[in-house]
Amino acid sequence: MNKNLSALLGEHNFLLGLPPAHLEVITGCASNVKFDAGETLFREGDEAHQFYLVRHGRVALDIFAPGRGPITIQTVGEGEVVGWSWLVAPYHWRFTARAVELTRAVALDGRCLREKCERDHSLAYELLKRLADVVSQRLDATRLQLLDVYAATAPTGKR
Amino acid sequence: MPDPQPDLTLPEVYQVRRVERETADTVTLELAPAAGGPALAYAPGQFNMLYVYGNGEVPISISGDPADGSQLVHTTRAVGAVSAAITRLARGQRLGVRGPFGTRWPLEETAGSDVLFVAGGIGLAPLRPALYHVLAHRERYGKVVLLYGARTPADVLYRRQLARWRARRDLEVHVTVDQAAAGWTGDVGVVTMLLHRLRLDPQRLVALVVGPEVMMRFTLLELERRAVPLRRVYLSMERNMKCGVGLCGHCQLGPHFICKDGPVYRADQIRSLAAVREA
Repeated sequence: MNKNLSALLGEHNFLLGLPPAHLEVITGCASNVKFDAGETLFREGDEAHQFYLVRHGRVALDIFAPGRGPITIQTVGEGEVVGWSWLVAPYHWRFTARAVELTRAVALDGRCLREKCERDHSLAYELLKRLADVVSQRLDATRLQLLDVYAATAPTGKR
Repeated sequence: MPDPQPDLTLPEVYQVRRVERETADTVTLELAPAAGGPALAYAPGQFNMLYVYGNGEVPISISGDPADGSQLVHTTRAVGAVSAAITRLARGQRLGVRGPFGTRWPLEETAGSDVLFVAGGIGLAPLRPALYHVLAHRERYGKVVLLYGARTPADVLYRRQLARWRARRDLEVHVTVDQAAAGWTGDVGVVTMLLHRLRLDPQRLVALVVGPEVMMRFTLLELERRAVPLRRVYLSMERNMKCGVGLCGHCQLGPHFICKDGPVYRADQIRSLAAVREA
């Protein structure tokens, strides 16, 4: 089972190229999970002690806005990561994650990983580099989203 | 004696054959020569100047199937007085067409490669002829992927065609919107985020990118992050084009006249200019 899990982790975009020794350590914190369409992975405000590497399917990240209800701010699909709140105190989710369709993922136990990272700074650095890349991508994407680049503007080029 | 070169400063009269309303502010027009005969031949990536009598002339990308020589297809969004007048044209009405102008997508040169199309907003229109071409010669290419981002679900272009393309096994299609609406079950988020789902071979890939310049800059960043060489990335640039033949200077960007030297550029040749603001 662990061998299969290790292979799944090694094939995921997030962990591609990770040294086998690190992969083995991470596998000890991993479990296979499945969510049906509409099922909630976690809720905004709840304690965040895991994150997910999506293998198949799609997850919507929702924020609740008073008077407007839940607003989907992003969807995350195959090869992507859901959640980094497990790494940042006070370890609470900033949004709700909901499976849009049948979703298979590998869940990683944040507490387990934090403990292992404290003991192995080489593993910690490798994981942080990868997570920093994810956070940086999301920040870029949020900035682009804020720009509302497809809104009607004054005509310029091929119009 | 060879035929004289067509005078690209003189519009030819075309007639609207069919109008397809794509969204609240965008239409696709099928145009045929009013005098009959074949339409202007063009290459994917080129554009025409469309002249609405009494209103003026604007550059509009050609968005049809290049293999169909009977008509020109233009998808136009109402963003100014002339483009708004184009979106109000009805079947049977006439307009002037000059062109085709500009450079083409490098489709023959990239045969054998995987092809990634990245379109934002109305940018899907100038990419569509290239996609038609690739699908018509599917055996010449490797993996083919279309990533398309729109503002909202109501702004998604070519819906029926996207559904047909999605049904193909030899084409991967991902559509996302920046702002979701009730009932939307597709992806949400900017188009660049879709790149993270793809397994790409950066050395085998050719990317064709069209959209607002800021979206193209972010796309370049993401492609570089994925180690895609910029010499394998092509962009279609936009500037305020008037004459279409590099004489008036309205579309100048550094040493380039976008109407003549572009609009399609290889990214490494335009990178330093991509962030230059239009006056």
